[in-house]
Amino acid sequence: MLTSKVIEQLVGALGKEKVFTDKEDLAAYSFDATADMPKVVPEVVVTPTSTREAQEIVKLAAQHKVPLYTRGSGTNLSGGTIPINKGIVMVMVKMNKILEVDAENLTATVQPGVIIQDLNDAVAGHGLIYPPDPGTIATATMGGSVAECSGGLRGLKYGVTKDYVMGLEVILANGKIMHCGGKTVKNVTAYDMVKLFVGSEGTLGVITEIIVKLIPAPEARKSALAIFRSLDDAAKAITGIINNKVIPATLEIMDNVTIKTVENYAHVGLPTDAEAILLIEVDGIPEVVEKEAEAVIKVCKENNGQLKIAQTAAERDEIWQARRDALPALAQLSPTTVLEDATVPRSKIPEMLKALRDIAQKYQLTIGTFGHAGDGNLHPSIITDETDIEEMKRVHQAVDDIFAVALELGGTLSGEHGIGIAKQKYLEQEFGEAGIEALRAIKRALDPENLLNPGKIVQP
Amino acid sequence: MAYYDSLDNVRAEITRCMKCGNCQAVCPIYKEVLGESGVARGKIQIAKDLLEGELELTDKMQDIFSLCLTCKACAANCPCGVQPDKIILAARAELVRKKGLPGLKRQIFGVLGKPQRFKLGMGMAAKLQGFGLKKIPSSNAAHPRFPIGIDTRRIVRPLAKQSLLSRLPEVSKVSKPKQRAAFFTGCMLNYMYTEAGKAVVEVLNANDVEVITPKSQHCCGIPVFVHGDVKTAKAIAKYNLDIFAAGNYDAVITHCGTCIGAWVQHYPELLLDDAKYSKLAEQMAAKAYDVSQYLIDKVGLKEPTGQVAANATYHDPCHMVRGAGIAAQPRQVIESIPGVTLTEMQKPDRCCGGAGSFSLTHYPLSSQIRDKKIADALSVKPDMVLTSCGACRMQLEDGLFQAGSDVPVKHVVELLAEAYVKGGGRDSGQKTG
Repeated sequence: MLTSKVIEQLVGALGKEKVFTDKEDLAAYSFDATADMPKVVPEVVVTPTSTREAQEIVKLAAQHKVPLYTRGSGTNLSGGTIPINKGIVMVMVKMNKILEVDAENLTATVQPGVIIQDLNDAVAGHGLIYPPDPGTIATATMGGSVAECSGGLRGLKYGVTKDYVMGLEVILANGKIMHCGGKTVKNVTAYDMVKLFVGSEGTLGVITEIIVKLIPAPEARKSALAIFRSLDDAAKAITGIINNKVIPATLEIMDNVTIKTVENYAHVGLPTDAEAILLIEVDGIPEVVEKEAEAVIKVCKENNGQLKIAQTAAERDEIWQARRDALPALAQLSPTTVLEDATVPRSKIPEMLKALRDIAQKYQLTIGTFGHAGDGNLHPSIITDETDIEEMKRVHQAVDDIFAVALELGGTLSGEHGIGIAKQKYLEQEFGEAGIEALRAIKRALDPENLLNPGKIVQP
Repeated sequence: MAYYDSLDNVRAEITRCMKCGNCQAVCPIYKEVLGESGVARGKIQIAKDLLEGELELTDKMQDIFSLCLTCKACAANCPCGVQPDKIILAARAELVRKKGLPGLKRQIFGVLGKPQRFKLGMGMAAKLQGFGLKKIPSSNAAHPRFPIGIDTRRIVRPLAKQSLLSRLPEVSKVSKPKQRAAFFTGCMLNYMYTEAGKAVVEVLNANDVEVITPKSQHCCGIPVFVHGDVKTAKAIAKYNLDIFAAGNYDAVITHCGTCIGAWVQHYPELLLDDAKYSKLAEQMAAKAYDVSQYLIDKVGLKEPTGQVAANATYHDPCHMVRGAGIAAQPRQVIESIPGVTLTEMQKPDRCCGGAGSFSLTHYPLSSQIRDKKIADALSVKPDMVLTSCGACRMQLEDGLFQAGSDVPVKHVVELLAEAYVKGGGRDSGQKTG
């Protein structure tokens, strides 16, 4: 329980206008973007505007042993920012300065509250990009994105957030500030603490400054949409493209349920009898893009794919609109959309898709699957209604099955959404007992009192 | 039942929100306050808690729901197609039903519910405003001398000495009428921008449209409605529908984002469960047009020949662009004028922060939002800023003044009227009284 003394001290440290205790304000921080999660109202919400203020908050939390939940925009999809043990919610969105764009070293230094799109806008003038591009790029913060190690549509070629974080400033659970990594391309000093904190979901420390790697913006890009009557053909095309030494920036898949739903929603002229659609984009130097596009087209044709190639920016937009419509179209079918994040080696995509079809049938559920085929990261989306208790039971069983299959196929529980609360119970299936103990040991070492985002990933 | 009649009526709308937070990217208020209760997602959760009895109606809640411009940017950006503005308006209505209106609003809205008394009051205010307003030399604007419910920093248009309705003839004839249109003036035109009101009649006449301006028409009622006073809004809607249904018109013409929204969207919604009026509201909605929309889509604009050399930029009023889907037509009108170059600002459809009386009740926050708009508009170095709404216009005028700019703000059809006159068009003064 948080005492009025703690609130008084928070007000003393931050000023009244950065400390929220009204029930209505607190209610607005009782949830995040994850469906089917408990709603928990925090006891106080604070909005620091500097590292020093954030440090004061961590110190107060440590002194009074109060749970501290750090969050950005709250767009995460694993329950990672829900204040499950109440306590303090620390919102980082007001620490939103881009501190430096260093074009010579191809780095940017930002505060955690910077919106990813804003960073991209700021570096565009230098001809650079920050490649991780989660679907929430226009709303998600850099801090949240680093904490969750988010991915995105360009993951196949460009990787995920951890591949771009070079240095961090972190407030530890005891209130002390540590720095790790930096601007050097080569840095092998001691343990890789940067990688440890990236994806730690706020359980090991509070990130207050981030140095990221930037890359030159691709000069050209080419997009195509390929329609397949058979799932196996689509799968062969996916592996065929990569076997032909082409790594597309984006290689997305939509299954039949998704195709039908998108078509019904947006009427963009998709064939509703197709088993799968691939959306492919290659980017880079114009000559290379041409060559790679040719290879992609050839492979798709060889595998009975029907092709639509964008010739103009407008046509490219049209192709991507179908993918952008996937989630909204599915989401509009019913009140609740349970969006999962199962990931398999890309060669196992057809097996995974077939398994998902079986699971949908077994539990009599509608599951639309789309996602990042090129990197094996699928988003089976279960269309349901939270208020239907009987159906939700089946949903939970289906989710159990989905992760069991993904792991059996040599996959992982998360490609980009993290573990949070949502996938805790499966963690041991992936990590094993020894692995879980190692995770716990790290948590205990860095946060012995279990104050930082408690209740997420592993219990101490 | 209209969804504003009970919070329960927006339950389905609330449930559809999947809490993705995409509304954060486009909400002008969220961009300033950076708090969840400022954005649609947070407000929807609060409305849900209210519905489920986990929260109760408080002054704080009233504050939270008042922090919305009803600019509909969240609705336009929502992947699930949720219309948060409906939820917020329903919540405001619930608050008024359960807690009543605050004293000042109760008095003002009480008068608005009585068209004759409102008219009388505005007439008196026009005469007495010199006591409250201090004119700014060499401009057509003024500062409040003391905070008469308005921040003294802001500039306002003084009320016109003579209202538009008292100046316009009931019928403005043309020799060979193609259409007969009724003109719904709205308050901003009737009491402040009367010249713009005259311009509407001139351009319609110039396009061979006979204009009837019913004298007893009243405020559209939306300012009352957005504050949650559904009862008064319904009464005003019926009053206006009666007046405009009485004549035999091809169209009802408005000149303002809010007014067009009233006719095409809110009247049918508000009167949904009224057997007589819901049908009437639907019929009238089908004939209601913004003036630019009418000229382009229905009449076929007569291209002006007079030159107006200017670099103009256009601000989309929220209720025009997202509420009624009118964006292309005002631009077509602008581009039809010889000599005028339309240079788009970066985000022409971002809210100016005016939102009717929001700029009065929340002046500092409204100003922050407005300043972004003004910076965007000025970045294209315009000779004039054009728009299609009186309330936006007043906000933009204040913003330009505060930014030290003397760039004028005009309604699109005022510029068109100017081009007709320069092209040797009809002598407007005679025709419109």
